[in-house]
Amino acid sequence: MSEELETVKIALVSCGSEYSGVQPEFEAAAAEVNAKFVYPEIDVAGLDSIGKEFGLEVASGDLLLMMARAKAVVEGTTHVDGVFITTCFRCAEGAIVRNEVRRYIHKHSDIPVISYSFTERTTAGTLLTRLEALTTVARRRHLLAREVQTGLTAGIDSGSTTTKAVVMRDNEVIGSGWVPTTKVLESADEAYSLALEEAGVSRDEIQALGTTGYGRFLIGKHFNAQLIQEEITVNSKGAVYLADCQKGPATVIDIGGMDNKAISVDDGIPGMFTMGGICAGASGRFFEMISKRLGVDITELGSLAVKGMQENVTMNSYCIVFGIQSLVNSLAKGAVPEDVAAAACYSVVEQIFEQQLQEVDVKEPLILVGGSSLIEGVPKALGDLLKIDVLVPKSSHLIGAVGAALLASGYVEE
Amino acid sequence: MAKIFIYPVNSLILADLVERFGHKPLAVMNQVREKVTNISLDSPPVNITPEDPKIGLRYAAVEVPAGVRGRMSLIGPLIEEAEAAIIVHEPPVDFGCVGCNRTNELMKYLVRSKDIPILELRYPEAEENAQEFVYKIAAFLEALSGEEEK
Repeated sequence: MSEELETVKIALVSCGSEYSGVQPEFEAAAAEVNAKFVYPEIDVAGLDSIGKEFGLEVASGDLLLMMARAKAVVEGTTHVDGVFITTCFRCAEGAIVRNEVRRYIHKHSDIPVISYSFTERTTAGTLLTRLEALTTVARRRHLLAREVQTGLTAGIDSGSTTTKAVVMRDNEVIGSGWVPTTKVLESADEAYSLALEEAGVSRDEIQALGTTGYGRFLIGKHFNAQLIQEEITVNSKGAVYLADCQKGPATVIDIGGMDNKAISVDDGIPGMFTMGGICAGASGRFFEMISKRLGVDITELGSLAVKGMQENVTMNSYCIVFGIQSLVNSLAKGAVPEDVAAAACYSVVEQIFEQQLQEVDVKEPLILVGGSSLIEGVPKALGDLLKIDVLVPKSSHLIGAVGAALLASGYVEE
Repeated sequence: MAKIFIYPVNSLILADLVERFGHKPLAVMNQVREKVTNISLDSPPVNITPEDPKIGLRYAAVEVPAGVRGRMSLIGPLIEEAEAAIIVHEPPVDFGCVGCNRTNELMKYLVRSKDIPILELRYPEAEENAQEFVYKIAAFLEALSGEEEK
């Protein structure tokens, strides 16, 4: 498609990433999605007053520069399609400015923004999904505005832990498949076959196919998919579709096998989002380990958790390593499995609160998706922590596949 | 001739003053120039290599932000070389600014930890203060020359 060839201009608003050794990685990730970083021009003399003007007076010159560049973007002095805000991981001053600059741009413009805190270990691969999502929102607003699935389409979500597939016809899911991810292609083939079988259709009949998830490129190429799309935009679309909240604001929290995502959505289009930053920590895989340790199937973990009291188990950390250590210690001291299961759910939710939701403004409805949303204790713990109702739509684990099938139907009409 | 560390480390005015009095300014511009003209590096904005923050470990521990360590990989060797230093407090951005105030704090600390003559003065806000500012710097630099002659 010609739109794929358009270069997306992204404003790089950073505290000096060129001094952190990560700049070549940033550039490589941008090149991968046909994007180009630009540095919004500012008036140097304005730097002395920008802190006062912005209302945030910080000591670092480069953070003042970030504010001035954000202002240039908002005022249209520099025209860009997206903004990438990034500061050093571990810097409190940088984190404050990063958050406030992100909010400022979001409030004063509809330019898509992502923010990230980098270390010298940041790689292009880590940034790829984020920049892919940013450029998708910039390039494909018309596709993301799609609210109804038409024709006969399929979606495959090749996740790190499980592979999901759905077949949809005339805005209804008519077949689905859900298998553990072992070999990416074989698992996708199996899930797709299951979905087709349930739908009672053959592969030849499918008019358009969309792929998403970690294995999207591999399976997309293999199945000759019309749409190969990262999970941020696809899951946002799938979530608001399944929750019947396509209009207005919503917050989507996706607890995956490998990482967690929090996405602020408006009319089905992602605005701000964060995904498992430095460490995937606790998520789907953490639940798998807990279930194994408790000797229950992962499908039973949720019902066990809602019977327990997380307060009865001391969790010193939501980290997958130290968290497991705490739970093993608790069991050794005689804690009951119900309480341990509840504490595990709470720790995952706490990690989302601390690592993802701090960078996304939570607007209701809060839609919880991903395989872990099926564990009953998780929506309960999230609701308890945030003091709001958590919406878990039907087939919430199929979110990526549904979103891909829905978006792929745009190609049927074309 | 003495090697003078200047703060702000990219201040052209300070570098010029130091040079006029026959000393060598230890400014970050030379370090960056060396980096960006090195054939193994791309052109700006790549100021340092991915390996440089590791070199910066010599001056700041691993829990210090990568940007601080990367900057210190350029500035740290200058501090080691310094035989004297001039530190200007609260300068405006256009007088010179490294950009990251955490790096500024660390480099000033490292300079003060060395047993070398240091002149610390406030950035002048009025005309008469500016004359006094230049006079103090000149006197400091002349005194260093005098020391050398002895």
